[in-house]
Amino acid sequence: MAAPMSDTVSTPRSFQEIILRLQSYWAGKGCAVLQPYDMEVGAGTFHPATTLRSLGTQPWAAAYVQPSRRPTDGRYGENPNRLQHYYQYQVLIKPSPPDLQDLYLGSLRAIGIDMDLHDIRFVEDDWESPTLGAWGLGWEVWCDGMEVSQFTYFQQVGGHDCHPVSGELTYGLERLAMYILGVDHVMDMPFNDPNTAIPLSYGDIFKQTEEEYARWNFDVANTEVLLRHFEEAEAECEKILNQAHDDPKTGKRIIMAHPAYDQCIKASHIFNLLDARGVISVTERQAYIGRVRALARQCADAFVQTRAGGWQPEDAA
Amino acid sequence: MTTVPDLLIELFSEEIPARMQKRAGEDLQKLVTNGLVDAGLTYASAAAFTTPRRLTLTVEGLLDQSPTTREERKGPKADAPEKAIEGFLRGAGLTRDQVETRETPKGNILFAVIEKPGRPAAEIIAEVLTHIIRTFPWPKSMRWGAGSLKWVRPLHSILCILTDEAGAQVVPGEVDGITFGDTTEGHRFMAPGRFSVTSFEDYGTKLKRAHVVLDASERAEAIWHDATNAAFASGLEVVEDKGLLSEVAGLVEWPVVLMGKIGDDFLDLPPEVLQTSMKEHQKFFSVKNPKTGRIERFITVANRETADNGATILAGNEKVLSARLADAKFFWENDLRTVRDVGLEGMAKPLADVTFHNKLGSQAERVARIEALARELAPVVGAKPDLAAEAARIVKADLASEMVYEFPELQGNMGKYYAQAAGHDDGLPEACEEHYSPLGPSDDVPTSPMSVAVALADKLDTLTGFWVIDEKPTGSKDPFALRRAALGTIRLVLENDLTLKISDTVFEHGKKFGASEAKDRIKAEASRLRREHADARDRDSEEMDEAVRAAGAAMFNVDEASLDLLAFFHDRLKVYLRDQGIRHDIIDACIAMEGNDDLTLLVKRAKALSGTLKTDDGENLIQGFKRANNILTQAEEADGVEYSYGADVKFAEEPQETALFEALDAAEAKIAPAMEAQDFASAMHAMATLRTPIDAFFEAVQINADNQTVRRNRLNLLSRIRTLCLSVADLTKLEG
Repeated sequence: MAAPMSDTVSTPRSFQEIILRLQSYWAGKGCAVLQPYDMEVGAGTFHPATTLRSLGTQPWAAAYVQPSRRPTDGRYGENPNRLQHYYQYQVLIKPSPPDLQDLYLGSLRAIGIDMDLHDIRFVEDDWESPTLGAWGLGWEVWCDGMEVSQFTYFQQVGGHDCHPVSGELTYGLERLAMYILGVDHVMDMPFNDPNTAIPLSYGDIFKQTEEEYARWNFDVANTEVLLRHFEEAEAECEKILNQAHDDPKTGKRIIMAHPAYDQCIKASHIFNLLDARGVISVTERQAYIGRVRALARQCADAFVQTRAGGWQPEDAA
Repeated sequence: MTTVPDLLIELFSEEIPARMQKRAGEDLQKLVTNGLVDAGLTYASAAAFTTPRRLTLTVEGLLDQSPTTREERKGPKADAPEKAIEGFLRGAGLTRDQVETRETPKGNILFAVIEKPGRPAAEIIAEVLTHIIRTFPWPKSMRWGAGSLKWVRPLHSILCILTDEAGAQVVPGEVDGITFGDTTEGHRFMAPGRFSVTSFEDYGTKLKRAHVVLDASERAEAIWHDATNAAFASGLEVVEDKGLLSEVAGLVEWPVVLMGKIGDDFLDLPPEVLQTSMKEHQKFFSVKNPKTGRIERFITVANRETADNGATILAGNEKVLSARLADAKFFWENDLRTVRDVGLEGMAKPLADVTFHNKLGSQAERVARIEALARELAPVVGAKPDLAAEAARIVKADLASEMVYEFPELQGNMGKYYAQAAGHDDGLPEACEEHYSPLGPSDDVPTSPMSVAVALADKLDTLTGFWVIDEKPTGSKDPFALRRAALGTIRLVLENDLTLKISDTVFEHGKKFGASEAKDRIKAEASRLRREHADARDRDSEEMDEAVRAAGAAMFNVDEASLDLLAFFHDRLKVYLRDQGIRHDIIDACIAMEGNDDLTLLVKRAKALSGTLKTDDGENLIQGFKRANNILTQAEEADGVEYSYGADVKFAEEPQETALFEALDAAEAKIAPAMEAQDFASAMHAMATLRTPIDAFFEAVQINADNQTVRRNRLNLLSRIRTLCLSVADLTKLEG
C-alpha cells in the first residue's frame, strides 16, 4: 500500500518563488538565513559561512543564496544550461542532524516536487575541493535521473578534521528550477511571476551580462593585471595572518581570519579568470591550485584560533 | 536443554554506494561468523543480503551458548622459587590454593586447571557485532554529527535478534548511542515508518510488503526479466551489461523498469557513444534494434511505482538524456570537423602538451617512440614499415578529441570513426581500435599485421618505459596495468606465432628513453663529449648520436632493465601457461635454455616437453636421466673431474651397455637435426626412446665397476645421456 502523502504543495511559477520557498523552508527549520557573500566566488561553499564555520566546535545552521562565477562556463548566454554566473542555494548545519536526509526531502516538497510522482535517488558522489583542501562523503541527489543537489558530510576543511561534522546541501538553482518549471532554455525561465505587470525572464536579466562577461572573461581581461592581483592577494593574505594575535591599539586578541580569507577567495577567483583566459598551462594549474590551498589552510588554522572557531580564553593558559 | 536459535542482524544506514554493497555483505558474513566460531558458537548456515540502505545477515542453527572449556597448564616445581610460582599463577589467573600439585617422575609439579564456563550466545553476539561495526573494512568511511563512529554513511539503526521456539529476543547491545533493537524501515517513499520483526522469515515478508526486495540477485533478475520483456514487446533487445545490472540493482530497493525513447537527432551517433553516455551518466541500459543494429531506446530503472505508471519519471529521464546527448553530439561534430580540416595528425598536435608520465615525457613523445618501434617491428609481423609507422602516428590522436576527453573509455573506438572520417583505409581505422587489444585474458587478439605491429609497439614501449624508470608493479600495486601489458604482449606474440627477441627489442628501445626523456642531461653529456673530442665536428654525426644514446642508456641502466623485464615476461608466461595446464617447472626447464627471449620458441619447447612428460616413456626417461645425472654428479664430486667425453663402445662389457651406445647414436642422429629445425616434438620423441635402453642399462650394469677403465667408460656414457638430454631442455629443473 503506497503511503498517502499530503502533497498539496502547489507548483511554483517563477525562479524567485523557488528561492523564496527555500528561504522560508530552511528558516522554518531553524537556519539563519544569510545573504550572499559580497565577493566573487566559484561556489556557495566558498562563503565563509560554510568554509570557516564548518571548522571548530561551535554549532551552526545557515542557509543562503550565493551567486557563483565560473568564467570557463560562459557561453554568451546561448547554451540552454551553461552560465558563467549562476546561483547556488547552500545549507550548512553543524553538527549534521540525524534527519538531514528527511529535512532535505522536505525542501524538495516545499518547492513543488511531488514525491509520489518522482524518483528521488541518493547516488554516491564524494566531494573534494583541491583549492580549499577539503573533502567529504555523500551523494548527488537525482530526481528522475537529473542531478538536483549535492549532499555532503564534511570530513575535512582547510586541512582540519571536522569535529563535529557539518552536513552541507548545495542546490543548483537554475537547473532545479528549470526542471520544476518545465523550461528547456535557462534564458526562457520566468524570473518573477509571469502574470505580473512587468514579467521578467531569466534572459531579460542575464542574457546581456552573460554576453558581456563571456567576452571579457575569454578575450579581454588583462592577464598581466590579474597575475599581479593574484600575487598581491596572496601576499596580503599571508601578511594579515602574520600579525600578532593581540591588537596593539585596542589590546584585544583579534585574529583577522576573515579578512585574510577574503584574500584567499580573491586569489581563487583570479585564478579562475586566468584559467578562462587560457594563460595557465596544465602543469602551472596544479601549482596555482596548491598556492590557493595553502592560503585556505592558513586561514583555517587562524579561524580555529578565534572564538567563532571554538577557541576559549582558557585555551591560552 | 539446548536450543538452536537463529540470529538476524540488519545494519540500516543512509544510502550505501552501489559498488561497495556486495563486498560489504560478504565481509559482514565472514566477520560475524568467524567471530562467533572463534568464541565457540558454531552454526548451521548463514547468508548475507544488501540493499542501498541495509546490510543484512541471517545465521541459522546457532548454539545458544558457547561450550565450557577446560585447559590444563603445567607449571614449575612445587618448590620452585617464589617468583616463578607467582608468574605462573598470574598467567593462569588463579591463586596458590586453586592449583594442584601432582607427583611426577620429575618431582612435584604444579598444575593449573583453567575452566572457562560457556557464555550465552547473546553476550557473545553483542561483543562480536560491536567490534565489527567499529572496525568494519569499508573502502572509505566517514563520521557524522557529533559522534566518532565511522561507517560508510550515517548508520541509523541496528537490528539484532535471536529467534527460537519461544520467540524473538533482542540481543542487548549498543554502539555509539545506537541501541540494538528489533525494528527496521521499509521503502523510503512507498512505505515510510518503522516496524518490528520476529525472525528472518518475518523480516523478508514484511520488507516485501513494505516495497523492499532484500536480495540483490532477486532485484537484478527482476530488472533483467522486465527489461528484456519490455524490449521484446517492441521487437527490440536489451544490450547485455552485467556490471551495469549489478550496479543498478544496488541503487534501488523496489526496481521498476521503464523504457524510453532516444531523440531522433541522436540516433546517428556511433552506438558506442550512445551506450557509454547513457551508461556512465544515467545508468541506462541500451536497447538495440536487431534488424538495424542501431541503439534506439533505453531502459531506466526507477526505485518506485507511481500513480501515473512512471510517466513523469520517464519524461524527466528522457529530458536529461537529451541534454547529455546534445553534449555528445556537439563533441562528435566538433571532432569530425577537426579531422576533416586538419586530419588525425592535426588532431594529435595538442598531445605534445599532455604529459604521459613526468619521467616518460609527453603523449607526443610517447607516440614518436611507438612509431619508431612499430616501424622496426613491422617486418617481424609482416606489415609494411611505412604503413605501420603511419598507423602508430595516428592511433593515439583520439586522445586529443573532445569525445575521448569526456569519455576516456571510448579511446580507440573514436579513433576508428575519426580515421574513417579522415579518409584512411588500408586497415588504419581498425588499427586505431585494435591496438589496445588484448585487454583481458578473454579479449580477442588482433591478427591484422598492422594492428599487431602497433599493439606490440604500444605495449613494449609502456613496459620498457616503466622498467627503465624503475616503476615496476609491486604486490597488488600495478597502477599502469603493466601486468596486463605483458600478458597482452605474450598473447600477441604467441597467437600470431611471431619470432621476436624480447630482450634485444627492449634493450634497443630502452636507449630511446635515455635519448628523449633526459634531454638536458644528455645535451650536457653531448657537449662534454664534443669538448673531449676536439675533432667531433669531423666525426660522423651518427657516431655522436650513438654516443649520446649510450650516455642516456647508461643513465637509466637499460641493460639491467631489459634483463629484469625479460624475467617479468617469464613470470607472466608461467601464469599464462599454467592456465593452459603446463607446469611451472617445465617452463623453468625451458627458460634455462638458449633463446629464452623468443617466447614463441620457448612455448613450443615447453609444450613439447609437457607432452613428452605425459607419456609413459617420457616420464620414465626423466627418472632415468635423473638417476644418471645423480650418479655422475656424485662421481664427479668424489673424483674431482668432469666426465664429459670419451665413452667408447669397445669397453662395453654387457649387451645392455652396447645397446645403450647404439641407442644414443641413433637418438643423437635424430635429435641434433630436429633441434636445428626447432622441431622439439621430434627431438623429445627421440629422447624418450632412450627410456628402454637406459632402464635396461641400469638394470644390468653396475656403474662403479672394479675395473677403473670400465667405470670411467660407464661414467662417460652417463655423461652422454646427460649432454643429450640437456640439449633439449634443462631437465634438472623438473620436480618429482
